[in-house]
This record gives sequence, C-alpha cells and structure tokens, in this order.
Amino acid sequence: MGKTMAEKIIGEHAGKSLKAGDLAVVAVDLSYVQDGTGPLAVRQMKSMGLEKAFNPSHSIFFLDHASPSPRLELSNDHKFLREFAEKTGIRVSDVGNGISHQVVLEEYALPGNLIVGADSHTCTGGAIGAFATGMGSTDVAVAIALGKTWMRVPETLKVVVDGKLRKGVYSKDIILNLIGMISSSGATYKALEFHGSTIESLSIDARATIANMAVEAGAKAGLFPSDEITKKFLSDMGREPGYREIKPDDDAEYEKVINIDGEKLEPTIACPHLVHNTKAVGEVGEVFVQEVFLGTSCNGRYEDLKIAAEILNGKKVDKRVRLLVTPASRNVYLRALKDGIIETFVRAGGVVTGPGCGACVGVHEGVLGDGEICLATQPRNFKGRMGNPNAFIYLGSPAIAAATAITGKITDPREFL
Amino acid sequence: MEVISGKCWKFGDDISTDLIAPGRLFHLRSNLPELVKHVMEDARPGFYDMIKKGDIIVAGFNFGQGSSREHAPTIIKMAGISAVVAKSFARIFYRNCINVGLPAIIIDTSSLDEGDMAGIDMQNGTITNFTKNLTLKFPPLPATMSKILNEGGLAPYVKKYGDLLL
Repeated sequence: MGKTMAEKIIGEHAGKSLKAGDLAVVAVDLSYVQDGTGPLAVRQMKSMGLEKAFNPSHSIFFLDHASPSPRLELSNDHKFLREFAEKTGIRVSDVGNGISHQVVLEEYALPGNLIVGADSHTCTGGAIGAFATGMGSTDVAVAIALGKTWMRVPETLKVVVDGKLRKGVYSKDIILNLIGMISSSGATYKALEFHGSTIESLSIDARATIANMAVEAGAKAGLFPSDEITKKFLSDMGREPGYREIKPDDDAEYEKVINIDGEKLEPTIACPHLVHNTKAVGEVGEVFVQEVFLGTSCNGRYEDLKIAAEILNGKKVDKRVRLLVTPASRNVYLRALKDGIIETFVRAGGVVTGPGCGACVGVHEGVLGDGEICLATQPRNFKGRMGNPNAFIYLGSPAIAAATAITGKITDPREFL
Repeated sequence: MEVISGKCWKFGDDISTDLIAPGRLFHLRSNLPELVKHVMEDARPGFYDMIKKGDIIVAGFNFGQGSSREHAPTIIKMAGISAVVAKSFARIFYRNCINVGLPAIIIDTSSLDEGDMAGIDMQNGTITNFTKNLTLKFPPLPATMSKILNEGGLAPYVKKYGDLLL
C-alpha cells in the first residue's frame, strides 16, 4: 500500500517505513520558537540541563509577536532570548524581520523537511511540502537541544478542490469553507493533504493561507505536494537547489476524501467567536466595523497586499474605520514598497506597521475597544484574541478587508472588482 | 500517581487558549505567579479566587483549541486544578498537558455537572462522581504519554533519562 505525504516525510526522518498510527522518534530539520513561547523554552532547556543546541544554525528565535516591544517585561524577554542565542549560536530573527512562518518559507523550509515550531501556525510550512507542526515550549526545547522529537504518524484527510475560482474568491475562502464544513476540530490529530485543479493553480502565497489555517481545523499539518510553482518560489527566494518533488503515492491510503467544488465557492466570512461560524459574505447582514486588519501569518503576504491595494487604489478608507496593514516579512514589505502598494494604503488613509504578527496577538498595534468590531484577515477570531474579550472579530479575505475598509461595513469585494 | 479528588467546574465546547491564558497578558508569560491569577478569566471571571486545590475542570469538545502557548496548561496546574476532563482536546494543548504533568482525560462528560464532587483514579482509569454515585471508565493513556506524565512531565523525564527515549 502506498504512502501519504505525512507517512513519507515522517518515515524518512525516523529512518524506517511508517504508517498512520505508528509512533516514532524523528530527526528534526528546523526548530523554532517565538517571543511568546521562547522564554519558557529556554527555561525548560536550562531545567533539563540542556543548554546547547544540537544544531544551532537549524534553530531560530523569532521576535515577531511583540515587535517592537510595547512593554518593559517583553523587552526583557527579548533580551533574555538574544543573550541565550548569543551564547549558544542559535539564530535570532529580530524585530522587523517578520513573522516566523513567512520567514521560514522564504529562507529555511524545503519540500520534505520536518519542522517543529512553538507556534500553532507552524503548519504554514506545508505550503511548500514540508511537514511542519506546532508544539509547546518544552517539546521544542527538546527538539532544539537534541535535534529530535517524538510523534505519532497522523491519518490523512485528502481535500480535493477542483474548478476555476469565481471573481472575488480566493484561497482564504477555500479554507474558511473547509473549516465551516468539518468544524474547528474536524481534523484534530490528522494531516490535511490538498489536491485538485484549483489547488494546483494556486501560488505559494495562496497555498500558505490554507496551510496556515490547517490548525484551525485542528490538524497537525496542512500539506501541499511540491511542483513547478514550488520550484519557482524557491528560485525567486534564491534557494532553488533545495527543491525536490514530494507527493503522495497514487495508492496512498486516506481516512477520508473531501471534495469541494471550487467553482461554487463564494467570498466567505467567519463570524465571532469561532472559525467554523462561516457564512457567505452576502448572508452576514449589515455589520459596521471600527477596525480592518490586513496582515499576519495568514494573509500578510505580497499577493494579499496586492489584491487589497488594487481595490483601495485611488479610494479612501471610510472615516469611521481604521485600516491597519502589517506585512508578514521584511521581504514582503520591501516588494510592496517598491511597487507602490504601501503608498496606496497610506494615501487611502491606512496605517502600515512594521512586519510581524501585528494586531492579531492582542498585545499592541490595534487592540480593540469594548464592543468594537473588526474585520481581520488573521487565522482566528476567538473571544479575546485581539486583546479584548468584549470585542468581536470577523474573518475574511484581503479583498473583503479592502472593500470593508472603503464602505465601513462588511462588504462583498465583487462590488469593487 | 495518587488518586485525585475535588469539585467539578463545568465549561462548554471550544474553550480556546485565549480564554485560558489571555493574549492581552502576554507580558506576564515570564511571571507565571502573576499570570496564574488570571487563569480561565475570560471564560469565567474570578475563577482563580473560586477554586480550591484538587478541583477538576470538566469541559465539552475541543478543549484548548488555538495557540501552542504551554502557559495555558501550566497555569491550570499551578492554580491547583488536579485534572482536566473533556469530551475531546485540541492536539497541541493535549500534548502540552502531558508535558507539564497535568492529567488530561478524554471521556463523555455529560453526567459530570458543575459542583459535583469527583474522584479520579489514573491507575485504574475511573472517575467516580461521589455526588451522583456514578463511576465512569476511561481508556488508559498511550504508554509513551503515561511514562512522561508519571515522571511529572517532559522536562523531568528528559532530565532523568538524559535523552528522548520511547
């Protein structure tokens, strides 16, 4: 019987043939933490008496959540991480460099890699065919120190999306629809593997949106077979020699196959306070918003900013709304700056922040007031997510974000396309 | 592992890590004695002041969804909660519970109500509801996780064995 992508990659890293359900100790290609989970990971390394990295150049501390730091406690956390990195040779991706998951795609991850990160959205790495999964601080501390972790090989749900997406429908709508279908726990302990003509036509930026939100269905990983588009992406990032083809066997065994008709998808919204509370944008009713947030690990990539800027070009943000834009990485920021995209946001009345997680983490740069409503492109809308349990978060694509910023209420982007 | 007993505090489905350890308190993550005072605050204001050592969190489906922040199960444990019992758990949270030495038990929690007194026997895999005089059985943890939990978590485990062995 053939193997799924998860079985292939995990088996390679365990040095033996594995099937779903097997447990194994696996070698890790890349391990990382961020400023929210890193200090605890370092303290756990110290408590275990493991104060060295197994392979320092394959471990990274990302300072991306509170970036730049808005408080002295967080500045001290950053200092603590920088000092430990200096001592051990672990790499630091410092303030302004961007969100871990985007920087990992651009600079580190390769198809077939096994990556662990102390951040739930580590699964973004699946966009280029890496088995990338989120874990807690102690698990990643062990991976940094020993270069390995243990895991259970997940069963895989095969998601097949076919057909041409309609105007105004993007990868965000695909993943919101999938989560709406299977629920926020529909893929818990499983891997999602994406196939079909719609998926094959998506850019890496668009695939990353889907891979990023795999965890919002509970999944351990969201995997895309590598192909010519993956190769081109790596080549654009100056890393083409690392390309390899990684795909499932034709006779791989799946727990279930989920078919989605891409041609029938509508621009979609997730309503407060759960990601699976999805509705077509036209069914949400009249929802006025005070904040629109475009960015984060889910939709802060170049293509996302470009889609939004094309809608906002020459227009003004509604005076009742603040538009916040946070590029996912320095690389994205520079490209958007060069192409006039950043200028479009600023002229429209938006605020562009430095690269990082921005308002999604609820710490700084866009914390919501009591009773306020935000339309965000981030991956989750839980109560309290943006720093206030008395606020309401709706999720939508960058195009919905741009249209909503112009009108001041949740708006179908097709009105502007 | 000793037998656990305490009062049940009941929560619904899809309790997120933002409800357990709020993101707005990010600056307290290196100050766990302060952060623990806010445990479950956004799901139930004042929770920390209501609970007693040994109490049990009882929940519905998908407990702990969201962030990888291990601070969430850590502060539940630090607050004196002896176990979390739910219909199902989010993956990262479940693994983090075991890693920090907090028993996480998957069982149909429908018959456990707020205020019930319950006892948990990890060895025999039973929860006894003293208030209702009912005993529920749960399957034992997978051996790997049981080994880690019995050492008090992953850090003490790795410290003891000097390596990650299954």
